[in-house]
Amino acid sequence: MSTVELDASPSTGAPRGAAQAAPRGHRLRLGDPIFRVLATACGLALAVAMFGLAGVLVYNSWPAISGLGTSVLTTVAWSPVDHQYGALAALAGTFLSTLVAMVIAVPLALVIALLLVELVHPAVARVVGTAIEMLAAIPSIIFGMVGIFVIVPFIQDKLVPWLLSTPLGSLPGIKPGAQFQGGGVSIFTAGVVLAFMVLPYITAVSRDVLKMVPQVTKEAGYGMGSTTWEVMHKISLRYANSGIVGAVFIGLGRALGETMAVAFLIGSLFTSLPHSLFDPGTSIASLIALTFSEATDKIQVSALIELGLILFLITVVFQILAQAWLRRVQRSTGGRA
Amino acid sequence: MVGTAVDEPTQMQSSATVIPPRLEVAEDRRGAGEDFAALPTEISVRKLDFFYGKEQALFGNHIEIKKNRVTAVIGPSGCGKSTHIRAYNRIFNLYRDQKAKGEILFDGANVLSSQIDLLDLRRRIGMIFQKPSPFPMTVFDNVAYGLRQHYRLSRSDLSNRIEDALKRSAIWDEVKDKLHQPGNALSGGQQQRLCIARAIAAEPDVLLMDEPCSAIDPVATAKIEELILTLKSKYTIVLVTHNMQQAARVSDYTAFFFQGRIVEFGPTTKIFSNPAEKQTEEYITGRFG
Ligand SMILES: Nc1ncnc2c1ncn2[C@@H]1O[C@H](COP(=O)(O)OP(=O)(O)OP(=O)(O)O)[C@@H](O)[C@H]1O
Ligand SMILES: [Mg+2]
Repeated sequence: MSTVELDASPSTGAPRGAAQAAPRGHRLRLGDPIFRVLATACGLALAVAMFGLAGVLVYNSWPAISGLGTSVLTTVAWSPVDHQYGALAALAGTFLSTLVAMVIAVPLALVIALLLVELVHPAVARVVGTAIEMLAAIPSIIFGMVGIFVIVPFIQDKLVPWLLSTPLGSLPGIKPGAQFQGGGVSIFTAGVVLAFMVLPYITAVSRDVLKMVPQVTKEAGYGMGSTTWEVMHKISLRYANSGIVGAVFIGLGRALGETMAVAFLIGSLFTSLPHSLFDPGTSIASLIALTFSEATDKIQVSALIELGLILFLITVVFQILAQAWLRRVQRSTGGRA
Repeated sequence: MVGTAVDEPTQMQSSATVIPPRLEVAEDRRGAGEDFAALPTEISVRKLDFFYGKEQALFGNHIEIKKNRVTAVIGPSGCGKSTHIRAYNRIFNLYRDQKAKGEILFDGANVLSSQIDLLDLRRRIGMIFQKPSPFPMTVFDNVAYGLRQHYRLSRSDLSNRIEDALKRSAIWDEVKDKLHQPGNALSGGQQQRLCIARAIAAEPDVLLMDEPCSAIDPVATAKIEELILTLKSKYTIVLVTHNMQQAARVSDYTAFFFQGRIVEFGPTTKIFSNPAEKQTEEYITGRFG
């Protein structure tokens, strides 16, 4: 843009003619506009894909949006036989399982990433780093199955009985609700397995951004008499904060949309709000996956697509919030990544 | 504090006491007109060897860093200047394969001994790096960093000390309206002075500066040189520099390093006007690289 305007201004007329006389200069001048057009086209294509996606979702869910109005957002149960198409139970399950996953995965991932970058021997860091990257490549159905065979029994037989025997067991959110089925198949279990699934992403990206913290900045921290811990949390983490928030959002997006592993473990209770983390429930993605093929009714299909639209909007909103938060952090700390 | 009941004559004053302004030796006589042996010693290095893995980088370095003087460290690239001063605050300890042998006596204790309290050592021996290295936080928090870490201060005391450190670093006027903006939003020269303010706010005894001006412009360099001259009334300064004029302008004593050895050490005026060693002369006259 600005180049074009500059070229058009009369004061630069003479140098411009001179540059055009030289063939090399002429070629260089073409490179930039071509690149700009290409970059703009790619950017536009992404925007078109994004809005296209939203458009298709809105179009296909229109019968539900117009026919059911806001009842989708105010009804708890998803029960097509009763003509109830409520998203609340699924929304609650989605948020709670994601919350559990992030509460477990984010601190763990940061600790692992910091250890890998700052403390362990480089050879160990390489091996562990590779293992973590491989974890990210495992299909989610495998996580679901391992969850069934390992995590479910552990939570049902060990964790929940122990929790309920402590004062913690009477806290709201932990105290079993009416739907309680032993806690093995529950929102909490889904969250734990989700944590393992998102951990490698958050760890790998955080590790990469922490590696970008300049050595001289860290040395300056140690030079001020800081401990390793102080350098890590006061300097490295701040320096890398925007990249780490990015990493967290990659994990968050994955946890919100994860389908198969959650469908295996969350209990597929479509009709009521959970009273505790150890109640069974459902999530938007697993509800869609489990009921879509049996959906015969036009309104039912359309309502399911509306659920998809809701999930889409949630991720977009989170993304926008993340960007806004990042901008604020960067203004006050000058951190970057 | 590091030492326990050491009462050497060279014992430094505690950083809290105000050092009376020293009478300045005339510019052209700096370092030459005083009795070196009679000056209090801040750091005394004896038989310092340094190893990067199996590679030896320093050989038997021997030098006395005098209190409240600027000691310049010069020499061709790769001769071990940075390696030498990075031993003083044990910053090399961050790297597994780096080792120092010998003695670096500071305040009556050997810095290289395993008993030394590294965190306090590094508070007392501040370091300024070649590349300005503000922390990812506001100007205020940058200067508060060491203060918060090593002292318990009230809010008002903290901001007074920050203002004082910024003033003594000759940057207050430029940042007083930007205290709550990120440190890395300043210019390179300002960032470097911010780093100096950050170091002196923590009340060190010694400032190690490794080519502090090599990444900034001439005007900012002049400001920092001026600053060094005012800071030496309170601090002992070791300045690594590639710039002969800079060494001549600001230092009292100069050490010439070559291939890991200290070839010559003496008053700056003598080193630059009448060096004893041929290698020194060749280097300062620019006849070898
Ligand atoms: N991290 C390192 N690992 C191995 N060898 C190193 C390392 N850093 C420095 N050296 C070696 O030690 C010697 C001294 O290096 P040093 O950085 O102290 O030189 P310098 O005098 O500061 O040079 P310059 O003026 O370029 O900064 C050089 O031969 C260098 O190759
Ligand atoms: Mg160097």
